[in-house]
Order: sequence, then C-alpha cells, then structure tokens
Amino acid sequence: MPNPSLPRQHGKRQDPRERTKNFDEVAQGLGKEEALLEAQRCLNCKNPKCEAACPVNVKIPEFIALLLKDDLKGAASKIMETSLLPAICGRVCPQENHCQGACVLKEKFGPVSIGLLERYTADAARGAGLLAPPKPAAETGLKIACIGSGPSSLSCAAELRRAGHTVVIFEALHDFGGVLRYGIPSFRLPRAVIPAEVQTVKEMGVKFINDTLAGPSLSIEELLKEYDAVYIGSGAGLPTMADIPGENALGVYSANEFLTRINLMEAYNFPHTATPVRAGKDIIVLGGGNSAMDAARCAARLGPQSVRVVYRRSRDEMPARAEEVENAMEEGVVFDFLTMQKEIMTDENGRVKGLKCLKARLGEPDEKGRRKPVIVEGSDFIIPADTVIVAIGQKPNPVIPRSTPVLKMTAHGTIAQDENGATSIPGVFCGGDIARGGATVLLAMKDGITAAHRINKYLHGKIKDIK
Amino acid sequence: MTKNEIINKTDLSASISEFEIYAPLIARSAKAGQFIILRLGEKGERVPVTLVDWDADKGTIAVIIQAVGKSTADFNAMKKGDKFDTVAGPLGAPVEIKKYGVAAVVGGGVGIAEVYPIARALKQAGNRVISVLGARSKDLLILEERMARMSDAFVITTDDGSHGLKGMVTDAVKSLVRQGEKIDAGFIIGPVPMMKFTAKLMKELGIKPYASLNPIMLDGTGMCGCCRVIVDGKVRFACVDGPMFEASNIDFDNLMLRTGEYKQEEKLALEGLSKDHKCKIGLH
Repeated sequence: MPNPSLPRQHGKRQDPRERTKNFDEVAQGLGKEEALLEAQRCLNCKNPKCEAACPVNVKIPEFIALLLKDDLKGAASKIMETSLLPAICGRVCPQENHCQGACVLKEKFGPVSIGLLERYTADAARGAGLLAPPKPAAETGLKIACIGSGPSSLSCAAELRRAGHTVVIFEALHDFGGVLRYGIPSFRLPRAVIPAEVQTVKEMGVKFINDTLAGPSLSIEELLKEYDAVYIGSGAGLPTMADIPGENALGVYSANEFLTRINLMEAYNFPHTATPVRAGKDIIVLGGGNSAMDAARCAARLGPQSVRVVYRRSRDEMPARAEEVENAMEEGVVFDFLTMQKEIMTDENGRVKGLKCLKARLGEPDEKGRRKPVIVEGSDFIIPADTVIVAIGQKPNPVIPRSTPVLKMTAHGTIAQDENGATSIPGVFCGGDIARGGATVLLAMKDGITAAHRINKYLHGKIKDIK
Repeated sequence: MTKNEIINKTDLSASISEFEIYAPLIARSAKAGQFIILRLGEKGERVPVTLVDWDADKGTIAVIIQAVGKSTADFNAMKKGDKFDTVAGPLGAPVEIKKYGVAAVVGGGVGIAEVYPIARALKQAGNRVISVLGARSKDLLILEERMARMSDAFVITTDDGSHGLKGMVTDAVKSLVRQGEKIDAGFIIGPVPMMKFTAKLMKELGIKPYASLNPIMLDGTGMCGCCRVIVDGKVRFACVDGPMFEASNIDFDNLMLRTGEYKQEEKLALEGLSKDHKCKIGLH
C-alpha cells in the first residue's frame, strides 16, 4: 500500500565546505533502500498530474510501480518508452517546475522525489547491465541527418532510430553532448553519464560523427541529397555580452568561454590538461540564470577569495532553478540583487580591477510579467574584482544560418518554423535553442522528440507520394 | 589515406613546418581566409590554424605551423603517417575576393603562409597583386617562390638585412607608393604590431586596409566568445565575423593585450609540470 507520510527521501549531498574543493557530483542520489522507501510514497494516481506536467510525458507512476516490484529493468524500459536519456533527465530537469510541482502530495507531505527516482532507476539499471535500449522498429530505409549532439538533436536522433530510420549525428566539436558537455559542470552532471547515454543511443544504431561542421563543410543542400530529412539542433552557442565599457579587458569572460574551458577542456587540471583558465581571487558573475549559477559555482571551486553574483532584479525574478541558487549560496557565493553593471574598471595593465554598479528597484512588470528593474540615479558604487564573467544570455549560433542563405530566419536570429516545426527548406526541421534562442535542456529534449514525430509524419507522407 | 592523416610534412625552417593532411570534406569546401581547428591527444588544446592550400580532388589540405607553445611544438614533432585527433573546419568567413584593382598582400613571419591563399585568389580574380613579405632574417622567410609566382611585383624585407631590403614591411609599402604604385586595397597578416602599423600607414596613404586577426580561440565556432576583438568600436567575434576585418579602425592594442593573457601558462606548459606547482584540488 502506498504510504505518502513516510519521510521524503532527499538523498545524500556533498558537504558545502568539502565540495568546493572538487568537481564531483554534489547530489549523490538514492541507494536502493532509500529508493524503495521513496517509491512507496507514490499514490499511483489514476490520472497522474506528474505525467501530464512532464515535458516528455514520462510514465511516472508506472515506472515507480515497477521499481516497487523490484523490476529494475522494467522500470528503466518504462521511462525509456518516452525519454531515452533518463540519467541526464533525472539530474538536470527542473522537476520542481514539472512533475514534482504537479504531484498531489506536494502541499501536505512534499512531492515524491521523482527526479531522484528516475536517476536511481537509470543508474542502477545501467550499473547492473539491465538498461536495454528499445529495439528499433523494422528498418524503413529512410535516412535522417541530425545536426548537433546536444539534448535536442540527441533526443530527436534516438526517437527517429526507434521508428526504424537510419540516423547520423554530425557534431562540430570533438566530443558529444553539446551544452551538456561544454555548459553543464560535472558537479551537476558527471562526465561519465554523457558518454553512457550516448552509448545507449549508439547501441540503438545511431551513427555519431564528431569534428564535422554541417553547414560550412557539408551544406544543408548536400545533406538533403543523401538524406530524406535533416534536423537542425545546433543550439544557442553565441554569447550575449553586456555592452558596457571595459568588456574586452583582461579577466572578462563570457560564461560560455569560462564554462567551456572548465567543462569541455578540463582547465582545472591544467597543466595536466592543455587548456588553462585564469580565474582570479575576486570573481563577479553577471546574470541570474542557470549559466550564471554554473559559472559562479565553477568559480567557487577554483580557490578564490570571493565570488559574487550581480543581478539586476531580486531573488524572486531569477530565472535560475531555486535549487541551484541555494547550492551557490551554500558554497559561499554572495548575491548582489537589484544591482546593475555599468562599467568594468581596469588597471594600468588592462586587467579588471572592479565593477562599477548602480542600485535598482523593481518597477512595473514587463511583457513577460517580470518586474522591470529601474535604476536609482546617483547610486553608483564599485565592487572590487579581478575577474568578471558575463552570463546574461545566449543567441542562436550563426554558423549554419550564414552558410545556408536560403534558410529563413526570424528577427531574433533563430530559424523560422511553421506550425509543424518545418523550416523554410522542405525536409529540414529544427528545434532546441536554435529555434527558441536560449531555453532549457528539457525543452530542447521535448523539441527533439516532437520533431522526430513530425519528421516521421513528413516521411510517411513522402512515401505515400512516391507510391 | 585515412581522415586526419599527415600525408606529407616539410620543414620550412627550424621551427616552421608545412603539413599536408587528408581531410576531404574540408578540402572541397575551403575558401581563402578560412581556418581549421587542430587538436592532438585526448586532453589536447584546440588550436586555430589558417588554411594555406587545399586540393578537392586529392582530398587534402595544407597548413603551416610555427612552434611557439606546447601544442604547436607537439604538432611539429609529428611525422608523416601520424594523425591529428581533430581537424575541423573550414571555419570563419572567407575573404571577399573580387576585382579591387591593385591589391597589396603583406605577410609577416608565418603570416606569409596565411596571406598566400589570399594572394592566389586575388590573382585569379584578375587583380594586380603586389606582395610585401617580411621576416626577421633570411632563414625565417617562408614561401618565397610560391608567393613570387602569385605576384606581379614582389618585395622582401628582413629586420637584419640578410635578404631583400633591410627594414620593415611599412618601409617597403612606402617606397612602392613613392615609386608610383597606385594600390587600392591591402591585405595584412602577421604579428599584431606589424598589422597595426601597416594598417595605419595604408589608411594614411589612402589604401583600404584589411587585416586577419589572431586572437585566442577555443571552439572556433562562435560558441565561446573568447576571440572578441574591437572593430569600429564594436565587439566582434573573430571566429565567425572574421578573421579578416576592414582595418581602418581596429583596436590592435586590445588585441595584443588579449593574445598575451596566457603567457605564463604557456611557459608553464612548455616547461612541463613545474615542481612548485600546487594543485588546488588535491590531484597530487
């Protein structure tokens, strides 16, 4: 019998004082016993609100029920009916906004720790050799090229392969995973998890090609000669800078550069690795999103005296996950809310020596309903610093659009789509941040899966036309 | 031949080598002014290198590398038959090749290798091509014959006077103009101070200057923003907006500053693991 009043399991976490000395995973997940206790809390609702709230509609009560029957293999397979990247989803999905936010136990007992259960199921099943990728449908003989190997392209490729198509992924970098690899730090998503999930998709039969620039070296037009459809999931890799004086000083990084040096190139091991990073003693991160939290928390692990986040609104308006803000605070990151950057001050060597800021107060809500910051005139003050990391947003990567002039773009630099997710080139679809302009891993995955269904539909239409 | 394999390697000087690499996808799409990323070893650095030549039929590309740091020294220690782990490209915007009229191509040091494909493309587009090549001394001068073949006029300068005129490329440009050459556009690639002063001179002489910038890069695909340069007062990304920019108003001092950011680390990497290096995260 379900027992929602059992104590909610949160899993062990690395102590904040210890974890700033390493890049190991902070949340350590659930053991078997804890997972089974937590699973007992699920009411197995007839009309599960959690499932409806999940962007990829994971069959949550069903996998939890299988877990309770000690059927690890069945539970993992159940998750993989709708999401082929369970170990990643279980870690980086903002469950509080989706499944756990909708759980009926939320108010009275606290929601079932669905994310931790998903993660446990994926890790334990994989560890025991029970995580079997779904068997693809009969071969269709149709070929699809997926550009990028981030969450959207990876999800799209896996779904298309499940439907029996031949799928090839083209990645521009040397390693697979896209933003999961270069953007998300190992203390949130351990490096071993990404290749493990990629391996599952490979075992389904998806072919992975790295170091290849679709667009410049393999045009979309050429791809369409060899493939029946193309999915562009090339992401939002183009940092937005703050457009303030001093932005090209020594010691100023975009969050992407800082995170890429650390996450992809493992600069924290320099000179054992070849790429260095120069984080100073007093580090300021501009912005209030998840990248800002990732950058601040990476910075906190490089032995600084201080890490401060400068954000122009208040804590309530922060786009970052609440959990990540708490993690950062626990790790000693200080937040300067209602503070606007005005100028990066430099010393005689061209290096950052401080950030000139202005105080702000909250004004009227903007078109998205978030209250706009209003500058308090004459409130200038300086925060001393030797490093500034700009984490205020992303624009879509321009490499494919610029090499594909016929591809219709929006005014925001994203690829234009019709209501079916199709681009202006027949047979070419897109999703994730190249279509959204900077969103979350989960929305990117959702786009990839949705696009796979649309591509299926498109290809079936095409087959009918031929017949 | 397998992908990323070194088909041929020629030493052009003690520290400069030319590589022919099998990379068919890049070979058939490369254009003058573009670059590739090379990487060697699992934890290797991503190093941007300008494309010097390419042969779509053979599927090969050519690059010229000067050993200036750990990674480039490792590259130059490779032999025929060895393979790079990453050969990715072509990256960057191609140089606009059209009929400018009289085009001066100015190469300094290993920049001569980078200016060579531009000289060739300009020549093919019907320009009168005047080449000005500068090096510290005779034994560091590369591609002399190949550049001569692409040039209608040809001047060499060396700092020590061991070959050609003793002096700087700017001296050569001045004397060419004095001799009556009406130059319409200049394409400058070399060390930052050389590009700065050549661009300044050309602007004064009424020649439209273009310079190919070489900031530190990481991914080379627009993703990281490490290669920020200031052109006409605006921040641009050299990897996707350049590397060649109209050079009347480039902040070369800022470029110089930013390219020097990791000098200490470069030294540390070259010297190997220093004894007094203290690992902050307790690896050893």
